[in-house]
Amino acid sequence: MATVTFEKATRLYPGSTRPAVDALDLDVEDGEFLVLVGPSGCGKSTSLRMLAGLEEVTEGRILIGDRDVTDMPPKDRDIAMVFQNYALYPHMTVAENMGFALKIAGVNKDERAARVLEAAKLLDLEPYLARKPKALSGGQRQRVAMGRAIVRSPQVFLMDEPLSNLDAKLRVQTRTQISSLTRRLGVTTVYVTHDQVEALTMGDRIAVLKDGVLQQVGTPRDLYANPENVFVAGFIGSPAMNLFHADKADGGIRFGNTIIPLERAALDAASGTAVTVGVRPEDVIVSTTGTEGLPVEVDLVEELGADGYLYGHTEINGQRTDIVARVDGRSHPNAGDRVHLTPKLGHVHAFDTESGLRLVHAIVD
Amino acid sequence: MTAPAGIVTAKRGAAGRILDFFGRGVVNIVLVIVAVFWLVPSIGLALSSLRNSVDNSQTGWWTVFTRPAQLTVDNYTNLLSNSQFMGSFVNTIAITLPATAAVVIIGSLAGYAFAWIRFPGRDWLLVAVIVLLAVPLQVSLIPIAKLYGSIGLFGSILGVIIFHTAYGLPFAIFLLRNFFTQVPGELLEAARLDGASEWRIFSRIILPLGMPAIASLAIFQFLWVWNDMLVALIFTNATSQPITVAIQSQLRQFGANIDILSAGAFLSMIIPLIVFFAFQRYFVSALLAGSTK
Repeated sequence: MATVTFEKATRLYPGSTRPAVDALDLDVEDGEFLVLVGPSGCGKSTSLRMLAGLEEVTEGRILIGDRDVTDMPPKDRDIAMVFQNYALYPHMTVAENMGFALKIAGVNKDERAARVLEAAKLLDLEPYLARKPKALSGGQRQRVAMGRAIVRSPQVFLMDEPLSNLDAKLRVQTRTQISSLTRRLGVTTVYVTHDQVEALTMGDRIAVLKDGVLQQVGTPRDLYANPENVFVAGFIGSPAMNLFHADKADGGIRFGNTIIPLERAALDAASGTAVTVGVRPEDVIVSTTGTEGLPVEVDLVEELGADGYLYGHTEINGQRTDIVARVDGRSHPNAGDRVHLTPKLGHVHAFDTESGLRLVHAIVD
Repeated sequence: MTAPAGIVTAKRGAAGRILDFFGRGVVNIVLVIVAVFWLVPSIGLALSSLRNSVDNSQTGWWTVFTRPAQLTVDNYTNLLSNSQFMGSFVNTIAITLPATAAVVIIGSLAGYAFAWIRFPGRDWLLVAVIVLLAVPLQVSLIPIAKLYGSIGLFGSILGVIIFHTAYGLPFAIFLLRNFFTQVPGELLEAARLDGASEWRIFSRIILPLGMPAIASLAIFQFLWVWNDMLVALIFTNATSQPITVAIQSQLRQFGANIDILSAGAFLSMIIPLIVFFAFQRYFVSALLAGSTK
C-alpha cells in the first residue's frame, strides 16, 4: 500500500505548444479511491499513463510512497493497470493471463496457481480459468483484466475507463463490484473516467481536469455542493446545473422580478455588473400560480417515475436561456405552461463572470 | 405477421439459391477444373517416376490405369544409390533450411524493432529496406559473383545461403513489421506493466500472435530457395549444387533419361508439399480475437 504524489507533473507532447497535462499537483492517500474525471482530451488518461510509466514526464515528479518513480520503467513501479479495452493476451488462457506477471517475477508454479485461484474466486472466474479470452463475454473479460491486476497485489491499481465497453446495466453492477473490491483489498486506486456519475458513485475523492489543468479535488459531496468554478459546477451533476448571467442589484442579484440576496463581500468581489449564477435543478422551486421569480415557458417534461425534469426557456437580458428544474413525478406542469421559478435560498452558487471562480465560499443552509 | 414473413423468406430463398449457385456452385466448378488442370502434370510426373524407362519411352503414363503391373520402384532405388543426385539433394536441404531460418529469425527481430522500438533514423531505415524490395536480383549477380570470388565464397553453400538470406530479408522485414504493428499497443503496454522485458514481449506476445505471418513467410522463403535454380546455377559448383541444378544438368534430348529425371523431380517436389501441409494449420486468421473489448 502506498500514497501517490504528483508534483507539478507536466507532459508536453513533441511538436505541441500546450501541455497535455499542465503542472499537476495531486496527493492520493494510502488506500484511497481517487477518480480522475473530465471531458475527453482533458489529460486524465495521460496523467494515469504518466503514473504507469507509459508516458514520459516532461517536468515535475511523480512519487509512489516515498519512491521517486518519475524515470522508472513501468515494471519497477509495483503498479497494475486495467486497460479500457482490457488488453488480454489472446493466445493465453484466463489462468495464464492472470498469472503472467507472477511467472515473469519468478513465482513458483504452485504459488502462482494458488494466487490465481484466489483472485478467480474473488471475481467468480473459477469456471473460466482454462478458457481463452475470445470465449468470454465482455463482462467476463473485464473481470479477467481486473483479476490480472489483483493477482499481483500491487501497491497501486490504475484503471483507465474500465467500464466503458460494458452495456449500461452491467456497468452499474460492475461499478459497485469494483468499489467494494478495491476497498476490501485496501489498495490505493487511481481511476479514470469521463462519466461524472461513475466518478460520484465510486470515488473517495474526485479530481476534475480540463485542458490539462486540475480544476478541483474533493469528495463527491464537496464537489457537488461547493464547485470552485463554473466548469466544475457545470460538469458535476446530471442534469447539469443551470448557469446564466444575472445582473447585480442592491444587496443581491436579479432573478426575474425578484432579487436573490447575496453576501456583500461576494458581490463586491465580482468584477463587472453581472455575475454567473448557478442553481441545481433540484434547488429550483416551480410555481404555477405565483408571479414571483423567473417567468419560464415549459418546453418539455421528462418523466422518470418518482421525479420529472422540466425543461423550459426564458429570456434574461434579451438572451434566450434554457432552464432545467426537478419536479414531482406525479403532478407537474405540462409543455406550453407558463410557470415562475425561484431558487431555494441558500442553494444559489455565484461565480465571477470573467474568471469563472466561485464568489460565495460555502452555501449556508 | 406469419404469412408475409413466410412469403418474404420464400422469395429470399429462391433468390438465395440462385445466388448460391453463382456464388458457390460456379466458383466450385471453376476451382475443380483449375485444380485438375494443375494436378495432371504432377500426377503424370509421379506415375512416370514409377515406370521403367522402356515403358516410358513406348507408352504414356496414363496406361498405368489399364496396366497397373508396370508400376515399379526401381527408379527410386536407383536414385537413392546415385551419389551425385543424393549429394545435391542434401545440398538443397543444407541451403534451404539455414536460408529460411535466417530470414525468419532476422526478419522477425527486425520487424519487431521497426514496429515497436523507437530509435533514431527508424523511419528512414525502413524506407531504405522497402526500396531494396525494388532491386531485381539479376542486377546484383555479377557484382556479387565478383565479391564472392575475392573473399572465397564462390562455389560454396554458405555463399548461396547468404545470397538468399539477403534477398529474402527486405520482404520479410516489410511483411512482419506490418503484421506486428497490427498487434494492439495496449497488449505490449500490459506486458510491460506485468514486468516483461523487451525480449519476453517479443518471444511471448509478438511471436505467438505473429505466427500466421511468420508461417506464411517461412513457406514462401522455403519454396523460393528450394526451387531456386538461377542463383544456385551461378554460385555453386559440382560439389555444392542443389537438386534443381543437378536435374537440369541431367536433361537429355527426347527425355532419354526420364527414369532418373522423373524420380528426382518428384523427390524435389514432394518436400515443399510436406512443408506446406505441416505449416498449414498456422494460417488461421482472427488469432487476435478476444484480446481487446
